[in-house]
Amino acid sequence: MNKSVERLYNGIVKENPTFVLMLGMCPTLAVTTSAINGAGMGLTTTVILVLSNMMISALRKVIPDRVRIPAYIVIVATFVTVVQFLLQAYIPTLNDALGIYIPLIVVNCIILGRAESYASKNGVILSMFDGIGMGLGFTVGLTLIGIFRELLGNGTIFNCSVMPSVYEPITIFVLAPGAFFVLAFLVAVQNRVRNKKAKGGGQPVPSCGSDCASCGSLGSCSGHLFTTAKKEESAVGKETKDASGASGKSEE
Amino acid sequence: MKELFLVAVGAALVNNVVLSQFLGLCPFLGVSKKVNTAAGMGGAVIFVVTIASAVTWLINEFVLVRFDVTYMQTIVFILVIAALVQFVEMFLKKYSKGLYEALGVYLPLITTNCAVLGVAISNVSDGYGFVTALVSGFATALGFTIAIVILAGIREQIEYNDIPESFQGTPIVLLTSGLMAIAFFGFAGLI
Repeated sequence: MNKSVERLYNGIVKENPTFVLMLGMCPTLAVTTSAINGAGMGLTTTVILVLSNMMISALRKVIPDRVRIPAYIVIVATFVTVVQFLLQAYIPTLNDALGIYIPLIVVNCIILGRAESYASKNGVILSMFDGIGMGLGFTVGLTLIGIFRELLGNGTIFNCSVMPSVYEPITIFVLAPGAFFVLAFLVAVQNRVRNKKAKGGGQPVPSCGSDCASCGSLGSCSGHLFTTAKKEESAVGKETKDASGASGKSEE
Repeated sequence: MKELFLVAVGAALVNNVVLSQFLGLCPFLGVSKKVNTAAGMGGAVIFVVTIASAVTWLINEFVLVRFDVTYMQTIVFILVIAALVQFVEMFLKKYSKGLYEALGVYLPLITTNCAVLGVAISNVSDGYGFVTALVSGFATALGFTIAIVILAGIREQIEYNDIPESFQGTPIVLLTSGLMAIAFFGFAGLI
């Protein structure tokens, strides 16, 4: 039981997919125009993540190693389709708000990342908790960004007016550029905290540095996306035979 | 003809795939360090997205709609795109060594570029005809190339600038993209 709580903590705080791992950036930026959309997208992803984690974990001994990535993609795509129809039928407003980004959950790197780095190696129950933790972490991240953007760009939070009436909304924050700006500042704040920690002689934040090729957590690490994209390319280049095999890695 | 032109301008500039729809952000941020690599990535994306738009449109029209299984769309499209990238790679390796070496490592990276799946799905949901879908796919990918090459040019310029410590790396790239997104708003008056 302790281990399941640890998985939840790991997903929500320690390895928060949005703020720490920086995974799944496309939906993060696209749907966070308001807090409610962010939360909706986060919860939708959570459901799919939990289901696919459980399914992949249950089938982990059946799926041959060489075709595992296509198999994962099929499993994820199946659940995405199911969830999409459920949303269409029961929450049509959310479905309209999220639009094309629901089918695109298939290529969300969080899901394939968790499948590859956790669910394929652990039991069903633990994988379920891992999915719940990661999904809630993603939801928290998206909701926070949504709250920021909605507050600055519209003067509201969850459609409730909270700013004084003299406040003139900065509309740019609900438009596309605002997404980039908000995320840039959030990452900058995070960098600052990390730098301070490293300088203050406190617990150094574990970081894989630039040596991503030898890093064990390649499937779940996104640091190499920005710092060593070159290396990643060459690594993928070697695996050209297995395009879909490389795909899980390349999006992270 | 005029309609096609409007679709092309809309997809490439007004609703730029990266800067206003946030599709394909991973390669946009990941391989935009050098103009050369960015252009290579852009070329590969144009190539794959155009072919993928055509193939997914045909499959949707003649298989999924005909047998009334459109609910399989997401699954079929992602598998078709993955297989397509593989085939294109094999084909180029055999018959067009030059192009294969030019596109090289970028080809397999494209499978997970959500722009490809995004274009395929939006082509179908917008009810485009074959030619329109082809044009929209090509123009979307062209928009991606324009954006990534511009970003790479800017990143080459700011590399040696004095950037505050906390903003080094990702944040400054995101800020740059935000400013580019504002600049691309200027195209909104075109249509």
